[in-house]
Amino acid sequence: MSVQSAPSSSRRTGHQLPPTGDAGTRRRSGDAPRRRRPGRAQSARGWAYAAPTAVFVLVFFVLPVLLVGQMSASDWPLLAGNQGVNFPENFEDAVNHRFFWDSIVFTLKYTVIATVLLIGLGLGFALLVQESSRWKSFLRTAILVPSALGLASASLLFYALYSPQVGPISPFLERLGLVDEPVSFLGSPDGALWSTVFLIVWRFAGFYMLLLMVGLQGIPHEVYEAARMDGASRWQTFSRVTVPLLRPSLALCTILCVTGSLLAFDQFYILTKGGPDNSTITVVQLIYNVAFQGQNDLGVAAALSIIVLGALVLINVAQVRGMRAPEEK
Amino acid sequence: MTHHRRTSVTRAVASTLVIGLTALGLAACSGSDGDDAPGSTADAGSPEGTDDGTTLTLWTRAPLEKQANLLVDAYNASHENQVELTIVPNDDYVAKVGAAAGSGGLPDLFAADIVYVPNWVEQGLFQDVTGRIDQLDYADEINPGHLEAGTYEDAEYVLPFVLDVSVLFYNKDLYEQAGLDPEAGPTSLTEFAEQAKAVDELGGGVDGTFFGGNCGGCLVFTWFPMVWAADQDVMNAEGTESLLASDTAKDVYATFKDLVDSDAVGAGTRDETGATWVAPFQEGKIGVMPYPATLLSTADETVDVGVAPIPGPDGGGSTFVGGDGIGISKDSEKTDQAWNFLSWLMSEDAQVEVLAKNGDVVSRADLTDNEYSSADPRVVTINEAAASGRTPVARNFQQAFNAPDSPWLTLVRNAVFGDASSIDADNDEITAVLSQ
Repeated sequence: MSVQSAPSSSRRTGHQLPPTGDAGTRRRSGDAPRRRRPGRAQSARGWAYAAPTAVFVLVFFVLPVLLVGQMSASDWPLLAGNQGVNFPENFEDAVNHRFFWDSIVFTLKYTVIATVLLIGLGLGFALLVQESSRWKSFLRTAILVPSALGLASASLLFYALYSPQVGPISPFLERLGLVDEPVSFLGSPDGALWSTVFLIVWRFAGFYMLLLMVGLQGIPHEVYEAARMDGASRWQTFSRVTVPLLRPSLALCTILCVTGSLLAFDQFYILTKGGPDNSTITVVQLIYNVAFQGQNDLGVAAALSIIVLGALVLINVAQVRGMRAPEEK
Repeated sequence: MTHHRRTSVTRAVASTLVIGLTALGLAACSGSDGDDAPGSTADAGSPEGTDDGTTLTLWTRAPLEKQANLLVDAYNASHENQVELTIVPNDDYVAKVGAAAGSGGLPDLFAADIVYVPNWVEQGLFQDVTGRIDQLDYADEINPGHLEAGTYEDAEYVLPFVLDVSVLFYNKDLYEQAGLDPEAGPTSLTEFAEQAKAVDELGGGVDGTFFGGNCGGCLVFTWFPMVWAADQDVMNAEGTESLLASDTAKDVYATFKDLVDSDAVGAGTRDETGATWVAPFQEGKIGVMPYPATLLSTADETVDVGVAPIPGPDGGGSTFVGGDGIGISKDSEKTDQAWNFLSWLMSEDAQVEVLAKNGDVVSRADLTDNEYSSADPRVVTINEAAASGRTPVARNFQQAFNAPDSPWLTLVRNAVFGDASSIDADNDEITAVLSQ
């Protein structure tokens, strides 16, 4: 951890310090670094550099969030527009929706399955393509190619593959003698869940492999050499050297994966539409259904969105804390 | 050098601000609510409206693409006004219209699934055209089901765009192979089940029947007529109470449960969400199934289609008079020109020379007997069915029946794929949604 954070921090301070030879000594002796007070022109330039980002954040994040906040506190039917304040009722309706708890339980279940599989397989693939030299580039490309496909396109592809009418997988399995009758991939709650998980693993494993590969390549060879000289076994090297030094990459992947899975929508919208029998409704799907598929109530949908936003913030804060290296705590 | 850099920074800031402000303006637009009152045009304009070369926009949903294209092409060829047609996927239509309605961006004309029309009219998405309709000589001949769905507080807002009725389609070739009479479809649900099983016996990738087992809208369209055929209602007159646990309705569910249990239904019936529910029949793999009549010309290309009315458990016949109603949107400022399209749409030129010629049902009772319908006895069957059909009216129709998480879908799936023990409880759930 310290290996990686050191160069960036020195770069940052080095830029601000005057290029005098005694700067380093003074800092080491505990004095506050002497910074040149920025002049007005420089401060204006600083604002100018930050302004584009600030404007974009304001326009494309802060304002929409405020609008959603207003919606969540208003009676706001899709077709009729804002009908005035409806504050606690929207949230009561949201929590009392007949699929509210079902969707939360399902989303959490899906998140756990997807995260464990994706991080596990991603790490496995990353180690695999690092170890084997002969098939390295072929494997790497093969695993990464699905990531080039959009999630919606990938979902449509699997919709066709799973289709009981035109899908080739079921007849193939029948011919192999693995099953006796046509398999209905999306026909049962468990089947629909695992079929979707399979799609997601196929689509995203390469992406996480790439992230973890970059992390693996950041680990210095000397550490492995030292471990080998100390007579560490393969497993010991992995669990005592690789995993701790990979911590930042693992944290990044976990946060991406958990957040992405909690917000899952496209794949379920296309593959299952929340079915069969409302068994695969994710939280975002529920928001979409409330807003556009029948109830057409943007107020309640916005209330659900605010609840999800709050939950995501909490979960991410908890994850960032939990993933911090021990010495940073 | 420094000077140069500063100007480019300034320019970058300025252009960013411009972009940002533009985006802000857009955001403000989409945030505005659509409560500006629709222009009252109940008594303005000539019966034909204005044909002065204006460009009109028209939205409709994908299932009626063929008819919409034919109508728009015919109108554009014979008028100064030009209609620009936008086809929206079925599942996205409500969301698209809703977003446009909120931001005041509806097209001049738009069609709506007739079951959504009561709600949309009540929300004020259409302009009042009562006076204009009354000026038409044949006002009394226009399909009453569609007009009624588009009536709110005694004002009329919507005309029929394309009527879509549900009838039984059967594959004559498969019927012949199965030893059935290819000229006589089933006259009761009992016969329907027998004939489906007979065709299913053929095997070789052929199945008896098919239905959208995970598609509330398909089931409404195809199964409600079976209840109506026995002269039983599916809802009370106000559309606030569900009557779908009646003995007749239970007979319908039992018929299909039997077909499912005996495996006479096509693969994927249980999972069919409506995207491909008409496909297997067109591939010639299905014996007999309730089907949208608008697809007669399409299905005819690949299958020798026989047509029969949808029967009840013990006979009779009825149909769901569905399809789309069309009206002038609240946001249109070209009311007279838009009305020109609507009045032409109701004319004999459009109804007979476009719709009937394509084998579609006409929206005017006085035109059901025309040169094209008499040429094809199947079209006569469809027109007769349309005359005795019904259009259910309920404000919360979409949520109760069409939505993917609708209680109606839960009822059907429990009754047909489950053990059929919860029909009464599930029916109460539909009533709970309808009466909201």
